Amino acid sequence: MNAEPTARLMQGDEACAEGAIAAGCRFFAGYPITPATEIAEVLARRLPQVRGKFIQMEDEIASIAAVIGAAVGGAKAMTATSGPGFSLMQENIGYAAMAEIPCVIVDVQRLGPSTGRPTSPSQGDVMQARWGTHGDHPIIALCPSSVRETFDLAVQAFNFAERYRTPVIVLMDEVIGHMRERIELPDPSTIKQEQRPGTTVPPEWYKPFENFPVDVPPLVPFGEGYRYHITGLHHDERGYPTARLDEIQPWLERIFRKIDRSLSDILLYDHDGIEDAETLVIAYGATARSARYAIDKARERGRKVGFLKLKTIWPFADEVVEHAAARLHHVVVPEMNRGQVVLEVERVIGRHKVRRVNRADGEMITPAEILAGIEDWSG
Amino acid sequence: MTQQHESRVHKRYLRHSKKFPNVWCAGCGIGIVMGAIIRAVDDLRLHKDDVALLSGIGCTGRMPVYVDFNTMHTTHGRALAFATGLKMVRPKMKVIVVMGDGDALAIGGNHFIHAARRNIGLTAIVVNNSTYGMTGGQYSPTTPSGALATTAPYGHIEQHFPIAELAATAGAAFVARSTVYHVQELEKYIAQAIAKDGFSVVEAVSYCHTTIGRINRWGSAPDMMRALKEQSITRRRAEGMNEEETRGKIVRGVFVDRDIPEYTRLYDQIIEQAAQEAA
Repeated sequence: MNAEPTARLMQGDEACAEGAIAAGCRFFAGYPITPATEIAEVLARRLPQVRGKFIQMEDEIASIAAVIGAAVGGAKAMTATSGPGFSLMQENIGYAAMAEIPCVIVDVQRLGPSTGRPTSPSQGDVMQARWGTHGDHPIIALCPSSVRETFDLAVQAFNFAERYRTPVIVLMDEVIGHMRERIELPDPSTIKQEQRPGTTVPPEWYKPFENFPVDVPPLVPFGEGYRYHITGLHHDERGYPTARLDEIQPWLERIFRKIDRSLSDILLYDHDGIEDAETLVIAYGATARSARYAIDKARERGRKVGFLKLKTIWPFADEVVEHAAARLHHVVVPEMNRGQVVLEVERVIGRHKVRRVNRADGEMITPAEILAGIEDWSG
Repeated sequence: MTQQHESRVHKRYLRHSKKFPNVWCAGCGIGIVMGAIIRAVDDLRLHKDDVALLSGIGCTGRMPVYVDFNTMHTTHGRALAFATGLKMVRPKMKVIVVMGDGDALAIGGNHFIHAARRNIGLTAIVVNNSTYGMTGGQYSPTTPSGALATTAPYGHIEQHFPIAELAATAGAAFVARSTVYHVQELEKYIAQAIAKDGFSVVEAVSYCHTTIGRINRWGSAPDMMRALKEQSITRRRAEGMNEEETRGKIVRGVFVDRDIPEYTRLYDQIIEQAAQEAA
């Protein structure tokens, strides 16, 4: 194994694919769609090289279904798509949440709604990632803002999926997916791969959906002597369908508890300059790159601007945002949509402090637009 | 097979931790298909750990929960796609997928033809009762033209899908059709299908006496069972008949049994090739 980090010019989609392999992904099912197709193309070549498996399915619904089936068979599995395909996947994402099947869904966001503009970036799927499937359920969604971060968050997505037995969504955008940057990949031996915990109980005692004492009961793959039932119906601790309130309620509480108790692990973010800031910018994804430039410019002009870059979008970092914004009067939230993450920010700190900077026409938000947002407040 | 022996076999395969009775109406044919699957697996001497039984949504979708295999009740129409992922990572596992006609051919029609085209080693068993029973008797892709349904109160104006012929044309390696009346034949076909290395389809023609059967006054469960006996002919006999004579008949038999390369085996060759090139 090469101990030296290797510098490469890499596209975001390719980094996503390589991050998945580094995380231990050995199954991919997908359907061609701009701007996510390159992820499938890279994995079609790369997965069999590591004795993994790739399949192009007949549509996105089948793709996420095959991913869940593979995960039940014991593989770390992923699919990748964009808005229209992400919409089609929603029902089965709910199934994965209901049956607590670890898997990773990549959505390289493009301009919507509908077919929209396939080669233009957007951050319009933030709320869909949270509430796209019907019914109450927890979800984890991560959002990279560079090619290297895409690699890292792809690894993290698999680790979260296994650790919390949940579907994890990687919300990229067209800019990050298609952008090429020179990056150094970490030494593979330094990459932490979360392994799926096994069980020590005999098969007749095994309860794949046990609510106590742990929040995340182990999921034993099919074919290893633990025969059990998986269903999208509400189920008891053995997985059998139930209509009993005393079986539904503890399950519901546990699947939220397993995420809520681990926020310190799940919430990923970067920040700088918050301590003495007068204005705070909260950004994520490609928009964080424009925000970075705008903040640096504003600081050159003597303005005190703090930066909070969210890498975990869901669950939302309530306390982080609350703490960062507590002392401040002005918070700027730029997004390539008509305002989605800002709704969460406003929920946490109130509307009067918040300024929105939005574009939903398929063009990136420029640093000048964010700078104008900052100066409008602090000027 | 004596009745006593049969019940002993079933007992070894049913889940005793699961609360019985089942969800099906008295007189339903789905339980007969479940029994046939159990006996086929037993005849083949497969280990329960090596068998997965997946389903979609609907009355037939409830079958896996009762049987002591690796079982999964998936989403409506998508069971074959779930099964494809499982089969790829567990190629040695016998993966059986049970579906109703609406599940397999309406919402799941695309997955059905593509699983057949791909020739992946799954066994698809379609319990064809020509309606949506669980939701109360709406027309399905196999409802006969002219029949009444809750969503065809003036009579059904669409053609029906011939499941076995569709599967054969789409590329399946093994295709057979029988009925829940011809239960020993059905069991034999299911065993052949499970043993087949490739995508195999068994259409089990059944009936729904509580919904579409009641609306059309097709009679009680025994009446409809009798109709399966009287309306069905063997494939051999059908070959000597013209189109007029076979109209409305259920043609039973093995339609396809061909040796074509199975998908997961072909993919193993891809892995060897890719590993060599990478090395």
